[in-house]
Amino acid sequence: MEVNLTPLLPAIEVVLTALAVLLLDLFLGERAKGLLAWISVLGSAIAMATGLLLWGSHEGAFQGTVLLDNFGLFFTLLFLGSAIITILSSVHYLKETRILPGEYHALILLSTAGMILMATANDLLLFFLSLETMSIAVYILTGMWRERGQAGEAAMKYFLMGAFATGFLLYGIALIFGATGSTNLSRLSAFLTQPANSWPLFLIAGFFLLLIGLAFKVAAAPFHFWVPDVYEGAPTSVAGFMAVSVKAAAFAVWARIFLSRLAPLEAQWTLPLWAMAILTMTIGNLLAISQTSVKRMLAYSSIAHAGYLLIAVVAAGEDGGAALLFYLLAYALMSLGAFAVVLALKEGERDNEDYSHYAGLGFKRPFLGIAMSLFMLSLAGFPLLAGFTGKFYLFRSAVVAGYTELAIVGALNSVLSAVYYLRVIVMMYMEEGGVEGKSFASSPYLYAAIAITALGTIYLGVAPAPALELSRISFLSLR
Amino acid sequence: MIGDLSLLISLPTLGAGVLLFIPTGRRGLLFQSALAFAALTFFWSLGILWRFDSSQGGMQMIERLPWIPFYGIEYLVGVDGLSLFLVLLTAFLGPIVILASWNIGKRVKEYLFLMLLLESGMIGTFLALDLFLFYVFWEIMLVPMYFIIGVWGGPQRIYAALKFVLFTMSGSLLMLVAIIYLAARHFQATQVWSFDLLEIYRLSLPYPEQLWLFGAFALSFAIKVPLFPLHTWLPDAHVEAPTAGSVILAGILLKMGSYGFLRFAIPLFPEAALAAAPLFIALAVVGIVYGALVAMMQEDLKKLVAYSSVSHLGFVMLGLFALNLQGIQGSLYQMLSHGLSTGALFLLVGMIYDRRHTRMIADFGGLWRQLPLFSAFFLVVALSSIALPGLNGFVGEFLILLGAFKAAPLWAVWAATGVILGAIYMLWMVRRVIFGPLDRPENQQLEDMSAREIALLTPILALILFMGIYPQPILSRMKPSVEFMLQRIESKKSSPAFEPPSLLAGLGSGEAGKPGKVEIHRHGS
Repeated sequence: MEVNLTPLLPAIEVVLTALAVLLLDLFLGERAKGLLAWISVLGSAIAMATGLLLWGSHEGAFQGTVLLDNFGLFFTLLFLGSAIITILSSVHYLKETRILPGEYHALILLSTAGMILMATANDLLLFFLSLETMSIAVYILTGMWRERGQAGEAAMKYFLMGAFATGFLLYGIALIFGATGSTNLSRLSAFLTQPANSWPLFLIAGFFLLLIGLAFKVAAAPFHFWVPDVYEGAPTSVAGFMAVSVKAAAFAVWARIFLSRLAPLEAQWTLPLWAMAILTMTIGNLLAISQTSVKRMLAYSSIAHAGYLLIAVVAAGEDGGAALLFYLLAYALMSLGAFAVVLALKEGERDNEDYSHYAGLGFKRPFLGIAMSLFMLSLAGFPLLAGFTGKFYLFRSAVVAGYTELAIVGALNSVLSAVYYLRVIVMMYMEEGGVEGKSFASSPYLYAAIAITALGTIYLGVAPAPALELSRISFLSLR
Repeated sequence: MIGDLSLLISLPTLGAGVLLFIPTGRRGLLFQSALAFAALTFFWSLGILWRFDSSQGGMQMIERLPWIPFYGIEYLVGVDGLSLFLVLLTAFLGPIVILASWNIGKRVKEYLFLMLLLESGMIGTFLALDLFLFYVFWEIMLVPMYFIIGVWGGPQRIYAALKFVLFTMSGSLLMLVAIIYLAARHFQATQVWSFDLLEIYRLSLPYPEQLWLFGAFALSFAIKVPLFPLHTWLPDAHVEAPTAGSVILAGILLKMGSYGFLRFAIPLFPEAALAAAPLFIALAVVGIVYGALVAMMQEDLKKLVAYSSVSHLGFVMLGLFALNLQGIQGSLYQMLSHGLSTGALFLLVGMIYDRRHTRMIADFGGLWRQLPLFSAFFLVVALSSIALPGLNGFVGEFLILLGAFKAAPLWAVWAATGVILGAIYMLWMVRRVIFGPLDRPENQQLEDMSAREIALLTPILALILFMGIYPQPILSRMKPSVEFMLQRIESKKSSPAFEPPSLLAGLGSGEAGKPGKVEIHRHGS
C-alpha cells in the first residue's frame, strides 16, 4: 500500500524541527541556547514555504482521514505565523524567567503540529488525537515558569478543565459513531443527506456534546471560567499563544465540522449558538472592564472576541465562513502584538502587568506606545485597522444572514470594550510615572515581533481586499 | 493622478508626515511647517470654491476609486453646495487653530501632528460619498480629538475625553449596523453590492423599516450635534479641551452632526424624517431655551460659551427639520456663523485665560480700560453670537425662524424667545467681564493682544462682517443643492404608496417591518 505523505508535509516538518531542537538542546552550551529559537523560526518558516507551495491542492491521505485543502493551508499558515511571532517575542522573556528554552520551543512547535493536524483532519478520531497533541503541549507550557506559585495552579486548572472538555468530546464522538457507523466526516455528511426525521436522536446529542467540548476550547460562555486564571498563571507569551492559536485551532475544527460537513444540522444548533454568542461577548466585555491587570484584561477580552467570532458561526454560509477566517487572522495579529507589548514591560522578576505600570509609556518608549495604541484601537474596532475590517465583515455576514440583532449586540459590545481598551491609552499618554519598558537594543526580536504585527494590523485595515479574498477562497475549498 | 478633492484631504496628512522628520526640539520650525501646510490647504480649498459651479445642485468634482471591490466599497468623494462651505470653514479654521496653539507647552510635535490628522479627517467626512468611507472618516476623527483633549486638556481631561469618545461611539456603531443593513437592502433590490450614497438614495424602503434606520442614523448624529437631551458630553469636553480643541469641537465637529442629518438621515429616509420632524423640532426648541437658560447661570466663561453652543445648535436643528428652503439654508448658514463666532469666543476666552489663569466671570470686570483692543474684539464677537443685524448670526437665525414659522409656528415662537435669552446671557456676561470698575489688582497688569493674537482673530472678524452684510454669494451657492435635496424628498413623498404617517403609528406597527430579517440568501439550506 502506498502512503501519500504530501498532505502531512508541513506538520512533519514542524515535528522534525521540534525533535531537532530537543536533541540540540542536549549538546548546546548555556550560551548557545539562543540558537534554538533560530532553528525553531527557521523550521516554521520552511513549513510555511511548503504550505505556500502546496496552495491549491485538494489531497486526502490515510483513507481520507487527512484532507489537505486551502482551508487547512490557511490555518497551517496562520498557526505557523503565530508560532514564529510567539518565539520571537519570548526570546528575552525566557532568559528573565529562566524557563528552559529547549523544551519551550519544542513544545510550542509540537502544539503547533497538533493544530495543523486539527485543521486538516477529516475524521473525528484524528481530530481528537491532534487536539490532545496540542492540548498536552499547552498544559505543560502553562506551567513552565515553575518558580512562580500561580504557574502550577494554572496548569492544573487548565489540565482538569481540558480533561473535562475532552470527556464531552469523546462521548460525543462515540454517540456519533454509534448513530452513523463512521467517524469520517465525508461519510457523516453523506449520512446527513438522508431526511432529517430518520436521524437517531442520540446523533443530535452527540453533536451537542461535540459543540460543548469545542466551546470549552474557544472559551465561550458559559464554559469560560478557566480562562482568566490560566492566562494569568501562564507565562505571558504562552497566554498570547493560547489566546490566538488554540482558539483559532478550535474554530478551524468548528468551521470544518459545523459550517461545512454538518451544514444540514444548522437548524439544530443555531439558537443555542446565537445565545452563546451574545452571552460570550457581553460577559467577556463586562468582566474585562473591572480588571486592574492588562494581562487579565486581555484574557477576558479574548473571551469577548470568541463571542464576536461566534456571530460568524451563527451567520454561517460563505459570508460567515469568510468573515470567521478573516477575523481570526486579524485577531491573531492584534492580540499577539498586544501580548508582545505586555512582554516588553517585564523587568527581571517583576511582570509589571498592571495598568499603572503603563503610565507615561507612550512618551518614554514612543514605538511601544504607538504600537500598543494601534493594537488597542484595533481591538476596540476603530477604522483603518484590522479589527474594524474584521468586525465589519462579521456584522455584514450577520445582517446578510438575517441576524441583524447579533450585529447590534456586537456593536454595543464594541462600545463597552472601548472603555477598557482606551484606558490603556489613557495610562500610556495621559498619566505619569510607570515603568521604563524595554529598549530596542535590549530586545530586538521582541521589537521585530511587535513591528510585524503592527504593520499587519494596519495593512489588513487599509487594504483588506486581498486577505479577504484569501479567506473566502480558503473557506470555499471546504465545499 | 490625484484629484483636487483628494489633494485637499491629503494635504494636512502630508504635513503631518513631514512633521515626523523634524526634530522634536525645533519648536519654531514645527509650528511653521504645520502652519504652512494648513495655509496651503486653505488656499487649495479657495481654488475649489473658484471652480465650483454654483448653478448645479448635484455633486461636483467626483472622484471614484475601487477600494474593496468584492463588496462594492469605493473611495468616492465629491462636493456640492451643502458641503462646500463646511469644507471651506474647516480649511479656514485650520491655520487659525495652529496659530492659537502657539503657547502649547508640552509635546508640540505630537500635538501638531494630531491637529493636522484631525483636519484631514474632518475634510474627508464632509466630502465622502461612500457610506463606508464616510464611516471611516467619521470614526477615525475621534482618535486625534481623544488625544488632544486627553493629553493637552485641563484637570478633568481624562474623564472628558473618555466621555466624548464613548458617547460618540455608541451612536456611530449602531449607525454602522444601519449602513450595512442599508447596503444589504440595496443588494436585495439590485443584486449589486454598493455603498455609494448616490445609488442608495434611489432605494425606496417601506416606512417602518425607514423608521428603524433613521433612528440609528439620527441617534449617531444627534449625539454629535448635540441635540437635547444628548448634550451632556459637550460641556465637559469643551471645558477640558485646550483652546484650539474647543475651537475645533465647536467650529467643526458639532457641524458634522447636523451635516449628517442633511446629507444622510433626512434624504435617505425622507418619510421617517417627515414623521419624526415634530419630535426633532420640539427637542431643538427645548435645547434652544434650555441651553440659553443654563448658559445664563454659568460662572465659568468657557462653560457659558459651551452651553450657548447647545442653544445655537438647537437653531440649526430647528431649521433642518422645518424641511423647507429657508429653514435649511438658514440652518447651513447658521452652522457657518456659529463656527466663526463661537470659535472666536473660545479663542478670546483662551487668550484671557492665558493671561489670568482663571475663567471665572467674577474674577474679571472693567477690562475695557486695560485691554481696549481685546474688549473691542470681544464685544463684536459677542454681538455676532447674539445675532445682531449686520453681523453673521442674524442672517442664519432670521432664515431659520422664517422657515420654522412656515412649518411649526407655535414652536417658532418659543424658539424666538431663545434669541432674547441669548442676548440676555451674552450681554450680561459682557457687562460683567468688560465693563464696570477695574477693581482687581491682578487685572490691572494685563497686557493687550499681541500681534499674533490680532492676526488670528482679524480674518474671523472680517468674515463675521462680510457674512452679515453680504450673504448673497454664499446663499446662492447653497441654494441649488438645497433645492435639489428638497426635490428628492418631495419626489419620494409624492410616490403613490406614501401617505403621511404618524410617528407612533409607525412604531406601533413595527412588527412587520422590524429590521430583523433580510431574506437575501439564507445559507446552508
